[in-house]
Amino acid sequence: MSGDSSDSRPATDGGSAADAPDDDSRPAPSEQPGPEERPHPEGRRNLEGIRIDPVVEAEHESRRAVISALVEDEPGVLARVSGLVSRRQFNIESLTVGPTTVEGHSRITMVVEETDPGIDQIEKQMAKLKPVISVGEVSGDAVTAELVLLKVEADDPAAVHAVCDMYDGRTLDAGPRTITVQLTGDEARIDDALDAFRQFGIIEIARTGQTALARGDTPTAPGEKPGTAGEPTTHDS
Amino acid sequence: MSDTAAHPREDDPEGAEEPAEGADDAPAADPDETPAAGAVSTGAESVVAALEAAGAETAFGVQGGAIMPVYDALYSSSIDHVTMAHEQGAVHAADAYGVVSGEPGLCLATSGPGATNLVTGIADADMDSDAMLALTGQVPTEFVGNDAFQETDTIGVTRPITKHNYFAGGADTVGDTVGEAFELSRAGRPGPTLVDLPKDVTQDETDETPGPAAPPAGTDPDPNADADAVEAAARAIEEAERPLCLFGGGVIKAEASDAARTFARTYGIPVTTTMPGIGSFPEDDELSLSWAGMHGTGYANMAITHTDCLIAVGTRFDDRLTGGIDTFAPEAEVVHVDIDPAEISKNVYADHPLIGDAERVLDQLTAAVREAPDAEAWRERCAEWKETYPLTYATPEDEPLKPQFVVEAFDEATDDDTIVTTGVGQHQMWASQFWTYTEPRTWVSSHGLGTMGYGVPAAVGARVAADNMGEPDRDVICFDGDGSFLMTMQELSVAVREDLDITFAVLNNEYIGMVRQWQDAFYEGRHMASDYTWMPEFDKLAEAFGALGLRVDDYDEVAPAVEEALDYDGPAVIDFHVDPEENVLPMVPSGGANGKFATAEDQL
Ligand SMILES: Cc1ncc(C[n+]2csc(CCOP(=O)(O)OP(=O)(O)O)c2C)c(N)n1
Repeated sequence: MSGDSSDSRPATDGGSAADAPDDDSRPAPSEQPGPEERPHPEGRRNLEGIRIDPVVEAEHESRRAVISALVEDEPGVLARVSGLVSRRQFNIESLTVGPTTVEGHSRITMVVEETDPGIDQIEKQMAKLKPVISVGEVSGDAVTAELVLLKVEADDPAAVHAVCDMYDGRTLDAGPRTITVQLTGDEARIDDALDAFRQFGIIEIARTGQTALARGDTPTAPGEKPGTAGEPTTHDS
Repeated sequence: MSDTAAHPREDDPEGAEEPAEGADDAPAADPDETPAAGAVSTGAESVVAALEAAGAETAFGVQGGAIMPVYDALYSSSIDHVTMAHEQGAVHAADAYGVVSGEPGLCLATSGPGATNLVTGIADADMDSDAMLALTGQVPTEFVGNDAFQETDTIGVTRPITKHNYFAGGADTVGDTVGEAFELSRAGRPGPTLVDLPKDVTQDETDETPGPAAPPAGTDPDPNADADAVEAAARAIEEAERPLCLFGGGVIKAEASDAARTFARTYGIPVTTTMPGIGSFPEDDELSLSWAGMHGTGYANMAITHTDCLIAVGTRFDDRLTGGIDTFAPEAEVVHVDIDPAEISKNVYADHPLIGDAERVLDQLTAAVREAPDAEAWRERCAEWKETYPLTYATPEDEPLKPQFVVEAFDEATDDDTIVTTGVGQHQMWASQFWTYTEPRTWVSSHGLGTMGYGVPAAVGARVAADNMGEPDRDVICFDGDGSFLMTMQELSVAVREDLDITFAVLNNEYIGMVRQWQDAFYEGRHMASDYTWMPEFDKLAEAFGALGLRVDDYDEVAPAVEEALDYDGPAVIDFHVDPEENVLPMVPSGGANGKFATAEDQL
C-alpha cells in the first residue's frame, strides 16, 4: 500500500512521503474558500421550516384547539397518548377520556395550545399510534363542557347558594365550615362562575378538563358515524 | 449457524431433520399467501410456529428463566439461533441482520435485565426505522406488577422506543400476536416492535395454531401518492433551475434505489444523500455529490444551500443533516416523499408532500416529469464545488498513520458489495467519507441514536445475513473506534465460535476521539474523560478470544495487514494505531448553516 497507491491525497509541506503523490491538484483544506468567502443565499426559513416570504411574516401564533380521537379501549392506550404528548413537548391544556357508544372504543378529548404546524403534528403523531382509530380537530363551534368541583368557605351560606343558582350549579355538600359546589358548562361560563365564587374564598378545586362533541350531523372524529341511543357508533376506515 | 437447532439432537435424531410443518414453505411476503403454522401444543410452540410462518430464519439472543419455554420450542425449529454474549449484542445483530437482508431482524431476551439490555438497541432501531422484532420473557402473569424476581415493566420501558409493543394475553392468541408484531415491524414505515411474553403464556397448553400473519388494519398504507400532488411536484421540478435530489434511508428500506437512480439520471438531477441514505445512489456517479450534513462533503452542503428545488425522498430531516432549520435549503421549494405522513412538514415545510412508498412515488414522478429541468449550469456549478471542496487529508511521512488512509486501503482492497459496519465517533465519519459506496445495504451504522458499540455486534448480524443470503464471499468490515470496540467487543467470542469471516479494523487513537475533537474546538482543549491511554492491546485481546490479531503503526504495514486479515478465513482484528490528533472535517457546527462548513480547525 505504501508508495504506489493511485489515490490523490495532497502532499502538504514537507510531505514527501511516497503515500502522498505530488501530482495531486486538489486544494488542501487550507486553500479552500473559508465559510464567509463563499456565496450565501438571501432566503431563510422560520423555525417551522417554512420559507419566509420577505413581504409576509410567516411566524405562527399559538391557538387553542380541541382534538378528538377515537381509540381502541385497550390497556395502556392513555399512557401511549400522554407519553407521546409529553415526549414531544406539546403544550397540552387538558385531556379527558371516556367510553363511546361502541364497546371497546373510547374517546379522548385533548385541548392544546399550539401553532398550526404543532396542531397538525399532534394529529399526525396520534394517528400513528396503533390503538388510535381516528383523530381530528373538532371545529370551532363544537359543543364543549367541563365539570368542576369547588369547595368554598361557608361563612355566608345564603350568598354561596345564590351564586350557585345563578350559574346553574348544585350544592353537593354543605357543612359548618365548607360548602362544595358542582359546576358544568363551557369555558366562558366556568370562568365567570369561578370569578364570582372567589369572593367567598376558594379552598380546593378539581376540574375535569374540556370534553367536546362536534355540533349537529358533523362527525366528531373524522369518518365517525354518530349513532343514537342503542345504535352504536361506527367508523369507516 | 446455530449452536443448538442446526445440529440434530442426539437423543432425538429426527428432531432437527423435521422442522415444524409448514416451516419450509415460508417465507412469503403476501399475507394472503402466508401458510398457517403447523400443529402446536404450547404457547411457546405457537410463538415459534408464527415466526417460521412469517419467514424468520435467524434469531439472536441470550437465554434466561422467563424466555426458556420459547428457547425450548426453538430446539426443534428451522429457525437458527445465534447465542450472543450480551443482549445488546443480540439486538444490534438483529438490527444489522435486518438492514443487510431486508427482512425484519429477530432478537430474544429474558425478563428484567435481559429486556433492559435490549433497550439501547431497540431505541437505535426506532431512530433508524429498522424493521425488527424483539421477544422478551416476562414473569408469570399473576406476578406482574408485584416486583417479582427479574420483573421489569418492559412494556412501559419500551413504549416510547417501539413502533408498537404488545403484552401477550394468553397461549391461544400469542402466536397471532407475534405474527402481527413481525409484520407490523416492516409495514409502512419500518420500526422495531416488541412482544412481552409472560412465562405462563408460553408454557400453557394450546392447540390454537396461529393464522397467517398480517399487520393490523390501517398500518400498511396506500403506496401511491396523490396523483394531483405528483403532477404539481412534477411541474415544480421541470421549472427548477437548481434541482437537487436528497435520498434518505427510506429509499433503501423501500428497495427504491433503482427507481431513485432512474429518476435522477433520466432528468440529470444531481444527488446528495443523508448518512443513512448512503448506498442508495452510487457515489462514483457523475451526478453524485456524496452525503450532506454535519460531516458531509462541502459540495453536498453547498448544493443543499443553493438548490431551488429539493426532491427529498425517505428522510426525516434530522438536525445532523439540516443544521439550523432557518438556513437549510433556504431558497428551495421542497418536494417531500415519505410513507409516514407525520414526517411531512415536521422539521422542514414541504411545498409538495407526496405520501407513499418511495419506489412507487419515484416511478410516479419519473412518469410525470415531461421535460428535464434546464440545469446544465447548475450541474457545472456542482462539479466546480466538487473540485473546490474535495475530501482531503494530509499524509506527511513524519506523522503517525492517518485513519482515512486505512479506510481507503480497505476500500481499494475489496469489492463493491462489501458490507461496512461501524461504531460511533470519528472513525464512523471517516468510514463514511473515505469509502466509495455504490450499493444499498452495504453501509450499516447507527445514525439517529449514535450508539457507540454498534459496530461489532452489527458485523456479526451482517455476516450472518450475508451468509443466509448465500453470499459468503462478500467481505464484512467493521471500522471501530477504540472506545466503541471496548463497549461490545465481547461479541468477538461469538464471531469466533460461529467462525464468522469478519475483519475488525480498530482505528485506535487512544481517545474517544470525537469527544476530544469537540473539546479542542469548543472547550478550550480540556480533555476531560476523553483520554483513553489505558486501552488494552487489541491484537492480543483478539488472540485471547481465538481470533487473528494484528497491529499496525506505520503506512507501509497497512497493505500487508489488510491483505492478511481479508485472506484470513474467520474473524480478524487489526489494531491500527492512528494519529490521535486527527480531526473529522469538514464540519458544520451544531445548528449552523450547512453552507458555512469548516474545512480547517481554525474555522470552527
Ligand atoms: C453509548 C454511547 N456513549 C457515549 C457516546 C458519546 N460519544 C459520541 S462519539 C464518542 C467517542 C467515540 O470514541 P471512539 O469509539 O474511540 O471513536 P473515535 O471517535 O475515537 O473514532 C462518544 C463518547 C455515544 N455516542 N454512545
